[in-house]
Amino acid sequence: MAEQAPRHKKALVMIDGALALIVILLIVQMWLLSATLEAFLGGHHRVVLPAAIVSGALFAACLGLTLFTGRFDEQSRTR
Amino acid sequence: MSLLRQPSRDPLWRDEFSVHAEDEQYVTRRQFAKFLTLTSLAMAAGNIWILARSVMRQPPRFPVVTVGRLGDVPVGGVKLFTYPTPNDPCILVRTDEQTYVAYSQVCTHLSCAVFFSAKTRRLECPCHNGSFSVSDGSVIAGPPPRPLPKITLERRGSDLVATGVEGA
Repeated sequence: MAEQAPRHKKALVMIDGALALIVILLIVQMWLLSATLEAFLGGHHRVVLPAAIVSGALFAACLGLTLFTGRFDEQSRTR
Repeated sequence: MSLLRQPSRDPLWRDEFSVHAEDEQYVTRRQFAKFLTLTSLAMAAGNIWILARSVMRQPPRFPVVTVGRLGDVPVGGVKLFTYPTPNDPCILVRTDEQTYVAYSQVCTHLSCAVFFSAKTRRLECPCHNGSFSVSDGSVIAGPPPRPLPKITLERRGSDLVATGVEGA
C-alpha cells in the first residue's frame, strides 16, 4: 500500500492531464458546433463539411485520450 | 476497454465502504472521461446532422414578380416592394440611366429598414449607422455582419421583374 501510493499519484497526474486535454477539446468542439449552426442558419454552407471533419477528428482525439486513460490506469494497477 | 462500467468482483461492502480513496478517485475520473467522450460524440453527431441537412437541402424556388416598369423610377430614386413574400420588404434603386439594383430592405444586423442615401450613394441603416454598398450590397461600415441579400432583376419588355434572391 505504501509503495503503491507514489505510483498512483503519478498515474493520477497523467490521468488529470488527459482529462484537462479532453475538456479543452470539448470546449473547442462546442464552439465549433455553435459557429457551424450559426453559419448554416445564415445560409453559408461552405463551412459545414470542414466543420464536420474537424469535429469528428476532435471526437477521435477525445476517444483516444479516454482509451489511453483507461489503459494507463489498468497498467498502473497491475504493475 | 468497455465504455460501460464493469461489475465489480469485490463484495458489496468493499464497494460501499471502500478504504482505498485513490481507487475511488480512479473510478470517478475514468467515468468522467467517458462522460466527456460521449458528450464529444454528441457534438460530432450534431455537426454531422448539420452536414446532412446541408447536403439534403432543396434549392429554393423564387417566384417571378413584376417590380415595376422601366422609367417609373427616376435616376437616384427608389421604389419599395416586397419579395419573395409579402413579409419581405425590398428596395429598388436606379443608380444611373440603365442600372437598377434591388436588395432586401432588412439590415443584417438587427433587422432595421435600410434606406438609400443619394448623397453618399449608400444603403444606410439608421439604427446603428451601418452602411452597405449600393453596387453589390456589401458592408461598408458599421456592425452588420453580412451583406444585404440581393434581388436578381431581369428586364422583360418594358417591365422590370424580380427572379430570385442571392445570399439569402
